Amino acid sequence: MTEGAGTARDLSLARADFPALAQQVHGRPLVYLDNAATSQKPRAVIEALVHYYERDNANVHRGVHVLSERATAGYEAARETVRAFLNARSVAEIIFTRNATEAINLVARSYGDAFVGPGDEVVVTAMEHHSNLVPWQQLCARVGATLRAVPIDDRGELDREAFAAVLGERTRIVAVTHVSNALGTVNPVAELIAEAHRVGAHVLVDGSQAVAHMPVDVRALDADFYVFTGHKLYGPTGIGVLYGRETLLDAMPPFLGGGDMIRTVTLEASTWADLPNKFEAGTPHIAGAIGLAAAIDYVTRIGFEAIAAHEHEVVARAVEALRQVEGLRLIGEPRERGSLVSFVMDGIHPHDIGTIADSEGVAIRTGHHCAQPIMDRYGVPATARASFALYNQASDVDALVRALERVRRLMG
Amino acid sequence: MSDLSELYQDLILDHNRRPRNFGELPDATCHADGHNPLCGDRVVVAARIEDGIIRDIRFTGSGCAISKASASLMTEAVRERRVAEALELFDRFQAMLTTPTGQPVDAEAFGKLAVFAGVREFPMRVKCATLAWHTLKAALLQPGGVVRTE
Ligand SMILES: Cc1ncc(COP(=O)(O)O)c(C=O)c1O
Repeated sequence: MTEGAGTARDLSLARADFPALAQQVHGRPLVYLDNAATSQKPRAVIEALVHYYERDNANVHRGVHVLSERATAGYEAARETVRAFLNARSVAEIIFTRNATEAINLVARSYGDAFVGPGDEVVVTAMEHHSNLVPWQQLCARVGATLRAVPIDDRGELDREAFAAVLGERTRIVAVTHVSNALGTVNPVAELIAEAHRVGAHVLVDGSQAVAHMPVDVRALDADFYVFTGHKLYGPTGIGVLYGRETLLDAMPPFLGGGDMIRTVTLEASTWADLPNKFEAGTPHIAGAIGLAAAIDYVTRIGFEAIAAHEHEVVARAVEALRQVEGLRLIGEPRERGSLVSFVMDGIHPHDIGTIADSEGVAIRTGHHCAQPIMDRYGVPATARASFALYNQASDVDALVRALERVRRLMG
Repeated sequence: MSDLSELYQDLILDHNRRPRNFGELPDATCHADGHNPLCGDRVVVAARIEDGIIRDIRFTGSGCAISKASASLMTEAVRERRVAEALELFDRFQAMLTTPTGQPVDAEAFGKLAVFAGVREFPMRVKCATLAWHTLKAALLQPGGVVRTE
């Protein structure tokens, strides 16, 4: 493995660890500010994938030959890496999924169908990504439960009074995002979890926008379920994680049926494998798990203290600079902000902002960010969003601002 | 390389800033609602058809510069045309937007609409240029229809 430049001492060189960043688009150096959609991959991750496919590729848990042993060892070592990363008690609590969406669907299906019934309530917030909203809508429709959505205020923060008021003895599960992908809001999830536990509800936290930017300790949070997607954490696409409290996962029925998740099978009936295999039917994304572990090793080596300090500085500069752009309005001004900024510009559609920025080499996201209720809340059809990663620098912010000035000149 | 000035031509910027035929059409005989869920663009096209001729047409909605200018220029292009002619123009317009970028566009056949030839270099934006047209088609063929482009 190459020792990356990205170490705690010098994040300004981390960019060199990411081959995709070393290219030009439209004749300009790429300024990649769409990290909330997906991050670029460090060489260490790409090499882990290549190494796995070139040397260890085999199916897991089913062969006695050397390659199968290596593949199984790599896959299970990845599970241990994720366990340590989240500070879970046991590897039995770490389920590999395709992405965050599948992890949430697993819980909504398995936990939901078993423990949520007619008249029960499921609580979500008005700032959820569609993937942490639609599965709960589907669950409620299936079992006759009621979905309650906690509103947000103008700053884009959760209405804490409404949250407290909505919790009750019928609340079975609360699904809340750790960091909003459309507003940047960091939710006080530890407090929300404590409040929900007081009424006996369980809590699922969507950590998709959190895990690349801050340390997460599921035990300190006292989370019942914590999900994230690998590709926003410098890992490959197609791999995600569900952390679940062991007692809960144990009590839950399987999600998908098939190979790998059974203990015994007759033509009439089957019994289920132990955790975590019970929830991993079929051949998993072995290389994906190994790549994700390499990504976790990469960020762990740099350390979240350094990552968070660096990103805060870059994001603060971005917020400051964007406020100076004429006719620009920030969408979401939370007191605690993650590594992204959403905005609109007077009389200019976000699509045009995105296309013009792209022509300057600056990649940002425009659209509704899979959070249409938030767009409705602010009365905008879409926003532009700049989202940052550990490799972004102050100069990237400057390039963004220059691009927005060009937008203003062209469209204003 | 895709050239921004090919996309945002002066005519497009002008129609974006001052869209023509923008507003309600109280005596419309047909209308349709167009929506691009991917970007949140919405357009409503309303027309008054008499004897198979589009006598009046207006649009409302919100969208990017390309979609707004396209709606605006479309209303100018189809007014006083027969319904069948308008539909045929849409077919040709759509075909033009999907011809390879190297190929020249018959500027005469398209009149002002030729200005959208530059959109070909921005495949992600072709839908912006056709949303109003899809909506017009829905209005003409199926009064009160709703279309989505995805
Ligand atoms: C907050 C949040 N939750 C969930 C997701 C879904 O991630 P995935 O599409 O990888 O399942 C995303 C990313 O788009 C997100 O930003």
